[in-house]
Amino acid sequence: MSQVEKSLSIANPHPPHLNTQQKLSLGLTFVGILMIILPWLAGNFSTTDYRFLLLPALSLIGIGTLWYSYVSYKDIPEGIKNNGNYFNSLTNKGTLAWISGIVITGFYVCLYWFPQTLGLGVGGAANSGLVQMFDPLSYALNGKAASQWFVYGALYTLIILVLGVKFMIKYRHNRYQQIRTLSVMFFQTAFAFLIPEFLAKMNGDLAYFSKDMKNMWPLNYYFFEDWHLNNMLNGGNLGLFMLILGIAMILVISPLLTYFYGKRWYCSWVCGCGGLAETAGDPFRHLSDKSKEAWHIERILIYGILVFILFTTALVLTTYFTGNSFSFQMNPYLIICSLIVIAGILLFAEKKLYPEMPNKKSIITALVIVGTVSFFIIWKFIYTGQTFQFDTYKLRSWYAFFVGAAFSGVIGVGFYPLLGSRVWCRFGCPMAAILGLQQRFFSRFRITTNGAQCISCGNCSTYCEMGIDVRWYAQRGQDIVRSSCVGCGVCSAVCPRGVLKLENGPVESRKIIDISEDSGIRVNV
Amino acid sequence: MHIAIIGNGVTGTTCARFIRKFSNYKITLISGETDHFFSRTALMYIYMGHMRYEDTKPYEDWFWKKNNIELKRAWVKNIDFAGKTLHFEKGDILNYDKLVIACGSKPNKFGWKGQDLKGVQGLYSYQDLELLEKNTQTKINRAVIVGGGLIGIELAEMLHSRHIPVTFLVREPNYWSNVLPEGEAKLVNNHIKEHGFDLRLSVNLDEIVADENGRAKAVKVKETGEIIECQLVGLTAGVSPNINWLKNTDLAIQRGIMVNLHQETNIADVYAGGDCAQFNDPVEGRRPIEQVWYTGKMQGKVIAENICGRKTQYDPGPWFNSAKFLDIEYQTYGVVFPNLQEEQQRFYWEHEDGKKCVDVVFQKDNRQFVGINVFGIRLRHELFDKFLREKKSVDYIMENLQAAAFDPEFFKYHEQEIISAFNQQTGANIQLKSKKGLKAFLSLMRR
Ligand SMILES: Cc1cc2nc3c(=O)[nH]c(=O)nc-3n(C[C@H](O)[C@H](O)[C@H](O)COP(=O)(O)OP(=O)(O)OC[C@H]3O[C@@H](n4cnc5c(N)ncnc54)[C@H](O)[C@@H]3O)c2cc1C
Ligand code: SF4
Ligand code: SF4
Repeated sequence: MSQVEKSLSIANPHPPHLNTQQKLSLGLTFVGILMIILPWLAGNFSTTDYRFLLLPALSLIGIGTLWYSYVSYKDIPEGIKNNGNYFNSLTNKGTLAWISGIVITGFYVCLYWFPQTLGLGVGGAANSGLVQMFDPLSYALNGKAASQWFVYGALYTLIILVLGVKFMIKYRHNRYQQIRTLSVMFFQTAFAFLIPEFLAKMNGDLAYFSKDMKNMWPLNYYFFEDWHLNNMLNGGNLGLFMLILGIAMILVISPLLTYFYGKRWYCSWVCGCGGLAETAGDPFRHLSDKSKEAWHIERILIYGILVFILFTTALVLTTYFTGNSFSFQMNPYLIICSLIVIAGILLFAEKKLYPEMPNKKSIITALVIVGTVSFFIIWKFIYTGQTFQFDTYKLRSWYAFFVGAAFSGVIGVGFYPLLGSRVWCRFGCPMAAILGLQQRFFSRFRITTNGAQCISCGNCSTYCEMGIDVRWYAQRGQDIVRSSCVGCGVCSAVCPRGVLKLENGPVESRKIIDISEDSGIRVNV
Repeated sequence: MHIAIIGNGVTGTTCARFIRKFSNYKITLISGETDHFFSRTALMYIYMGHMRYEDTKPYEDWFWKKNNIELKRAWVKNIDFAGKTLHFEKGDILNYDKLVIACGSKPNKFGWKGQDLKGVQGLYSYQDLELLEKNTQTKINRAVIVGGGLIGIELAEMLHSRHIPVTFLVREPNYWSNVLPEGEAKLVNNHIKEHGFDLRLSVNLDEIVADENGRAKAVKVKETGEIIECQLVGLTAGVSPNINWLKNTDLAIQRGIMVNLHQETNIADVYAGGDCAQFNDPVEGRRPIEQVWYTGKMQGKVIAENICGRKTQYDPGPWFNSAKFLDIEYQTYGVVFPNLQEEQQRFYWEHEDGKKCVDVVFQKDNRQFVGINVFGIRLRHELFDKFLREKKSVDYIMENLQAAAFDPEFFKYHEQEIISAFNQQTGANIQLKSKKGLKAFLSLMRR
């Protein structure tokens, strides 16, 4: 009987509730977040100086999150940690998810369109509230008062760093995940945050141009705009360097790297948007929509936006070199009507092309897009009585508004808890579209599948943040060659049968293996 | 021509898909379990909150209509083979021209006392999952799992994810040691204990004790007489073909539905495959009843071909399989028996962390490779398939180990260590071919 007592006394290493350390650490993080939210909300009503909160806020968020990650994973053996994802309110679109979605969205709306609510001093006034809180850090780094973008950059980097560490502990059995995460943490901290600030400090008197070497066109949509080109040309050696590097990135460096490694070299090793999605967005990756219909919507949106930015950039460049601006006036009512007609035609075409597919999602997407654009037109032109002018300058401000801000920021990040972590990367990013086309047709990268070991369980598809139905290929023993794959490697990590491997190999050897479908195992080499 | 298929599991579904590829016959895919095909192997992930039921469906719901495959949700009660008619539980009937039976398995129960009490269950069907959900709504202080196989460990992991302490009663001296050699079985033992399970080896269930409401409240262990209090008992002592409902008909049945290598039963126009079928003359090196995912898939396809007039034999090639024990993945290629055969020799390597091992079996005399078990390491199926078909020597395989590695990039590869151990243990003098990656793999495949 002694054996019974001993064994029954085995402590459950997996207690159902948070332990004391977890509660404490979460508490610290929460207090840190409150120290950010408080100056943001209160800043509009009081003139209190919140600068003293900066250090405590950042430290509490950092220490709290790291401590929480450590105590949460330290006692359980290394392995996949997806237990309860679909039961947790935060990760299963419950109340917590909606609350976080609304808060983040609200933050982005303030950041892009109402920065004074964050405390930005307008018209030469001193900062207050949240932006003022970051002044000391900004002075230390670039010698100027903080802007809303500085606040954003600092918080963004902090989040990638602490949640990056959490991710690395969570995936401590997987070195691909760890190294890749170290890489995004490095590029965000050094290339996106610190180096540009230092460069700005050293070249204090120059007009603004992008100093983030990895942020290339078209993700950086203003790269070819006249003011930006001029600022670079007048920006001394640094400006010239950034101009040449920017063009070299587009024409040489990026195509070469994508040829050898696939678009993952950028999307999940370097890019800041990707960095946030992989770290802060990790708990939400399974929320991406895997249906074929979502794939249709994805292609329409992402290539639509690619055409939009190509067209805009072409016009802007033409204007830049010729000095002529194209301009004509249009009736706003007419535009709304034509939008509705175009949406109708697209939906009709989709129904004809894919009759078997329920097209509820397409209809909703079309309604949302047409609705938002119409609302904007009504608000901006009809309500304010302006005439609608269509010219190269307007077009790009439209791009900046709809794509640059509304899509990539508000929807792209604000909707993490509702639509999954890579909404922007999947449906919007024109950079991803270009790299993707290259990956699909001209790259050595593919995900290979291991013979006939797949049991069609669906873990890979579920945890693919890009909504790729990986299982569809894996269960047929087919290589996965998809333009949207960012090579995060999570499908390979979660597969319980060791079926998937990210690989680079001779281009012509893609789709080499043909299993079970038609002729047992056959290798076409 | 109307083809009726009983069972929408992987066998029935694969069969239906291929009949559709090869022909435009009318197809009715019947199951009483769920409306749509789902992945039985993923049941555990639903309970653990990794996926929803929706995510376990390999095909979206529009797929069936698009491919003109009719779905029918009903239980077949009996079959009138002479009149080519199915009789359903609700009383309706369906006529067919050709019939495919792919009705799967049932969990084994060995006549234990109390095996039908409330709170006692197996894990096979979607209904079992719903029952488990119901059974674990009330507080469970301890669950006892009887039988240590692949489903047992999945059930244990599921309960663990819901913070339910688990006691494991295993008949064998080590976990799954009726299949695994001692080294691997012990590695699994340790990993199970590392997760905090109460693993009891070499013990049998005597009986399950009921409380006043007819619910299980404890189990009694045969060897020690010990009583273990629990509120849930999981019976996972293997599965056997689901054929009770077909007994006393003209259909030839032993342990499963008897079929030849064309998947034909003794009755014309009636085929069977997957978990429920038993080969009267199995392929060499294979068992008469194969209850795994890929064999169901392959057999389903063979049935489709034979129905569509392309006479085809079941030819699955060398045995392989894979599984996962909690966090440790397991793959096997070829046949590794738990005990070494007379004429065989073994090479065993285990990593110092106790979570990775390689077990290679080969013929003593000509050093021909027989089979390999790997834990915590991924290997390429295609390459081992080729090695086995071409009867390569163990030395050839060890030399080319790097080309067969399938672990993700940047993982620590252990081939050098393994080769050194191999040379030491078997007196060989092998040099590892330094080529690795996709290119090395492809060049070997081309050879
Ligand atoms: C929990 C679990 C985990 C597993 N994991 C693995 C794994 O990792 N790897 C692996 O290779 N294999 C695994 N297996 C085994 C694998 O799932 C089976 O071999 C495979 O599903 C068998 O497929 P099948 O189509 O032959 O039968 P089934 O999938 O059982 O399908 C038979 C269907 O027919 C229906 N049916 C039966 N009788 C009737 C009737 N009279 N009327 C109407 N419908 C009927 C049943 O309800 C069922 O839906 C696992 C099994 C279980 C239970
Ligand atoms: S590839 Fe792996 S994760 Fe994906 S369905 Fe197959 S076994 Fe499951
Ligand atoms: S397919 Fe795999 S590697 Fe590619 S994005 Fe999806 S999960 Fe990541």
